[in-house]
Amino acid sequence: MNDSTAVFEVRLNGESHSVQPGTTVATLIEELAIESSAVAVERNRKIVPRSLHPSTAIEAGDELEVVTIVGGG
Amino acid sequence: MNFEPSCISETKPTPLELGGKTFRSRLLVGTGKYADHQTMNAALEASGCEMVTVAIRRVDLSSSDNLLSHLDRERYFLLPNTAGCFNAKDAIRVCHLSRELGLGDWVKLEVLGDKKTLLPDPIGTLEACQTLVSEGFKVMVYTSDDPVLALRLQDAGATSVMPAGSPIGSGQGILNRNNLSIILEQLEVPVIIDAGVGTASDVTIAMELGAEGVLLNTGIAGARDPVAMAHAMRNALDAGWFAARAGRIQKRRYAQASSPTEGVLGE
Repeated sequence: MNDSTAVFEVRLNGESHSVQPGTTVATLIEELAIESSAVAVERNRKIVPRSLHPSTAIEAGDELEVVTIVGGG
Repeated sequence: MNFEPSCISETKPTPLELGGKTFRSRLLVGTGKYADHQTMNAALEASGCEMVTVAIRRVDLSSSDNLLSHLDRERYFLLPNTAGCFNAKDAIRVCHLSRELGLGDWVKLEVLGDKKTLLPDPIGTLEACQTLVSEGFKVMVYTSDDPVLALRLQDAGATSVMPAGSPIGSGQGILNRNNLSIILEQLEVPVIIDAGVGTASDVTIAMELGAEGVLLNTGIAGARDPVAMAHAMRNALDAGWFAARAGRIQKRRYAQASSPTEGVLGE
């Protein structure tokens, strides 16, 4: 039975993270207070292009990676 | 290495031509390990570099700080690396993420063999290079100082082959001049010496050998005064570039007087 109002768990950058129903990639980034132009997102090992962030719903058990640019050599 | 004569009208090295682009500096500098962004920017400025390397990592959810807000994208060309990848698949994945991040097609490919030496895995490096080139990436590939592998990477379509002077961050400078000389003689694509630079003279040696440029990070970021070291590296590169073209004298076992041997008093 799916409960459309229940909070569910995903893996976000390797850690457990609770997500509200109806969350999309775009709303997740907003909720995390991340500058969306500075990140790239993978959902279950597939890149979610920036243009699809608003329409990509997050589902229970998703593995999400949110990466950015850092200093390096 | 033999170069065309007459660079004496120049006061600085000619620009670096690479993958259809022209870069004002032959020094490529990493953005890692600085004490703070202010020091990083001051060091980058002192180095005169245009191309800077960056890494791609999981976003730090506990911090809103962002490297991009500290780097002038008008001034610096960002070259994302695949540091920390130990197989071709992971390195290719990072390159795809880099494209999604808006960094374009240029990548510094590193496929490393193990965490202790950080030496390249030659097989994984070649595999990843082939795949990335076929996907339209401009691949600047970090490799060992093996001349055979360097040729294979050129054949795979690398934009630049970048042999290590010595292991990453080791500060040991140029350990195998012989191999690097062979690579520099054999390859037609630009060769940039990447990794191992400890101090300014290492950069000069790399350029004297005939390298098109030098990529370094720790040598500047880890110096007691990174800005002063960046200044030194910049001048060292220029010195080596000119010396390579000026043509050094042959080494001799014994002395050869610089002053006239005739007319010495008392003869």
